[in-house]
Amino acid sequence: MAGAEFKTPELSEHIEVPELVEGTMEHITCFVAKPEHQTDLGFPGEKVENWKEVAIDKMGDLLSRYRSFQVFMDACVKCGSCTDKCHYFLGTQDPKNMPVGRQDLLRKVYRRYFTFAGKYFPKLVGAADLSEEIIDDWYSYFHQCSQCRRCSVFCPYGIDTAEISMAAREILDSIGVGQKYCNEIIGKVHKIGNNLGLPGPAILNTLEGLEEDVYDEDEVAVKYPLDVKGADILLVTPSADFFAEPHVDGLIGYGKVFHEAGVSWTLSTTASEAGNFGMFIGSYENMRRVSLRIREAALELGVKRIVFGECGHAWRIAYSFLNTLAGPFDFLDPDYPVPQHICEFTLNEIEKGTLEFDKSENDDMSITFHDSCNVARASRMGDTPGGQFEIPRKVIKAVVNNYHDMEWDTIHERTFCCGGGGGLLTDDLMEVRVKGAKPRMSAFKNVMEEKGVTHLAAICAICKSQFTKVLPYYGMDMFQIVSVHQLVSNAIVLNRKTPPEEAPDYGDDD
Amino acid sequence: MSSVYALLFIVATIVLVIGLARKIVQYAKTPAPLKIPTTPAPVTQTGVVFRLFREVVLFESLFKSTKWTWIFSWMFHMGLFLVLLRHVRYFIDPVWLPIQLIQPFGKYAAFAMVAGLAGLLVRRIFVDRVRYISAPSDYLWLLILLMIGMSGAMMTFVIHTDVVAVKQFFTGFWTLSGGELPMDPILLIHLTLVAVLMILLPFSKLLHIPGVFFSPTRNQVDNPRERRHLVEWARKFEES
Repeated sequence: MAGAEFKTPELSEHIEVPELVEGTMEHITCFVAKPEHQTDLGFPGEKVENWKEVAIDKMGDLLSRYRSFQVFMDACVKCGSCTDKCHYFLGTQDPKNMPVGRQDLLRKVYRRYFTFAGKYFPKLVGAADLSEEIIDDWYSYFHQCSQCRRCSVFCPYGIDTAEISMAAREILDSIGVGQKYCNEIIGKVHKIGNNLGLPGPAILNTLEGLEEDVYDEDEVAVKYPLDVKGADILLVTPSADFFAEPHVDGLIGYGKVFHEAGVSWTLSTTASEAGNFGMFIGSYENMRRVSLRIREAALELGVKRIVFGECGHAWRIAYSFLNTLAGPFDFLDPDYPVPQHICEFTLNEIEKGTLEFDKSENDDMSITFHDSCNVARASRMGDTPGGQFEIPRKVIKAVVNNYHDMEWDTIHERTFCCGGGGGLLTDDLMEVRVKGAKPRMSAFKNVMEEKGVTHLAAICAICKSQFTKVLPYYGMDMFQIVSVHQLVSNAIVLNRKTPPEEAPDYGDDD
Repeated sequence: MSSVYALLFIVATIVLVIGLARKIVQYAKTPAPLKIPTTPAPVTQTGVVFRLFREVVLFESLFKSTKWTWIFSWMFHMGLFLVLLRHVRYFIDPVWLPIQLIQPFGKYAAFAMVAGLAGLLVRRIFVDRVRYISAPSDYLWLLILLMIGMSGAMMTFVIHTDVVAVKQFFTGFWTLSGGELPMDPILLIHLTLVAVLMILLPFSKLLHIPGVFFSPTRNQVDNPRERRHLVEWARKFEES
């Protein structure tokens, strides 16, 4: 159960494939959603009486609506290619955390109810009747998948366990057994506008505080505007950027970049969240509802462009799904992609020559970059495939003197998830998070020892929160994780000075 | 006995063709509501064709993953492919030139096929992770294919059967002229297992053959910012 004692894994020099130990993680159960969390999203409040029937019907429904699910259920040949690719398996040794092991929890039920072989020869093909135990397994192990897609890179048929986890969670939601963490958060977005449930005044207060901090330090009045109608750019950023460390330092950085680029921009209370947990639970409808808030905000404020802040799964949804879910965005400036990533924006300004940097401001650090899973394997930046790897690195290298990559088989499309993505960033899953972080922590530790790297830069709110929590478990410091735009913020030279007569008066009322 | 086999192969062919066609229609008809290519992905349709070509012919993703599995499965599949091409000669007369040219390679490809299968079987038995995920059917498929390959190679290299009669039997299918199958036990085992494979294919994991072409993570163009990707069932949300 949550909070139980567990042992932090030992870090290793290379990716070591461990022996199987069955059942090491079967005790994991994250908190179940309360009835109100469920009904807010249109799911039954409690486990329905005829759950077996409902679950099978839902599976059939999803099979008919998602080609990915149907093909992935059929195509697996059990070649074993994925078995040593999941960070949760590498960190826990539990065979049900091997991608195919996880998929088979669902596949054995699929075979039993939807295939000829499974109906008549269940033992032969490993098919099984749906039972309480299987539902428990689903609930446990489909909440030990961060939907990072590393397995899908190595599968000869492109089978993506993320898709299967989403389907499983949707089935669980449909029988009334949802996960508290995700479903409560989605409800908050529907009602308030962001994952943290921060109301407009709280955001405004935070942003004013940031303006004051920046002015105190640099004597330049960099603005952090909220709900400004007629601004050119709507910035949509994860709500963690408003207060969490090191996220907020990234937000400060975005503001400085916009300031130096001389563009008008605004945040929005309606769309005060880039993250979209609707994807984690596989719900097209909830994902769409959350996405529509961004469209609404863009129309309401009359902006010309939409830019997303640093967030991994959010960027997947923004890049890959937003146009489909909430488009068309024909009311925006057609000269810019919708949406744009903040790294695309910043690099573009760097290449135009509008930004000046003093790299030495970051000389107290030596940086490596963590490719966030969903940016790396489920999206793109720029015009060419792989831009999602190059663009953030170019931004970093423009603002720091010391940069080294981690081992080649732990970056780019082979990157390891932070261990906290996909709806697992909750304290009741701390054991999964710590163990799942092992491969990434190992690679980071190695680059620290071999190249003298001191800090890990990331472009994802979940990665940042996760590493802040997990680094200390592995004997490292929580402040070793930094935002990419925090580095930009440190190095940027603010040339657009504020004339004395326009100097803001913050007083000392607080 | 020959008519039993004739019937068996007619049934096997019908089951294979209809069974596969049904699955292909199902895959084609099932919508893919979101853009989910595993990135970096091609940004053009031509790029996707190349990606699928590399996946189907070179097993690119498997190559990235584990070299041993890649070597064994590539040997098996390419061996089988050449062997199948060589077998075209038993169904047509005169034999097309490319099939004639492939004859010597097709003969020895049987060894690659059998060696690959043996490697995959050993791996399935001895690697604990692969053993854990294996159902009885996973072993059976390897054994069936191994026996098909070995019985075939036996007839090519050790105990020849009357291939002229075999060819008359199978070409007789087109012309309905009939023909007698030689009653060699090895040939009968070979043909029985092939028929079994044909019948079971549409109901088994061998559906990876059509599946790979329909896998959205591999066959989608990476262009979601440029183009909306709305499917029919999602359209109803737009209207409400």
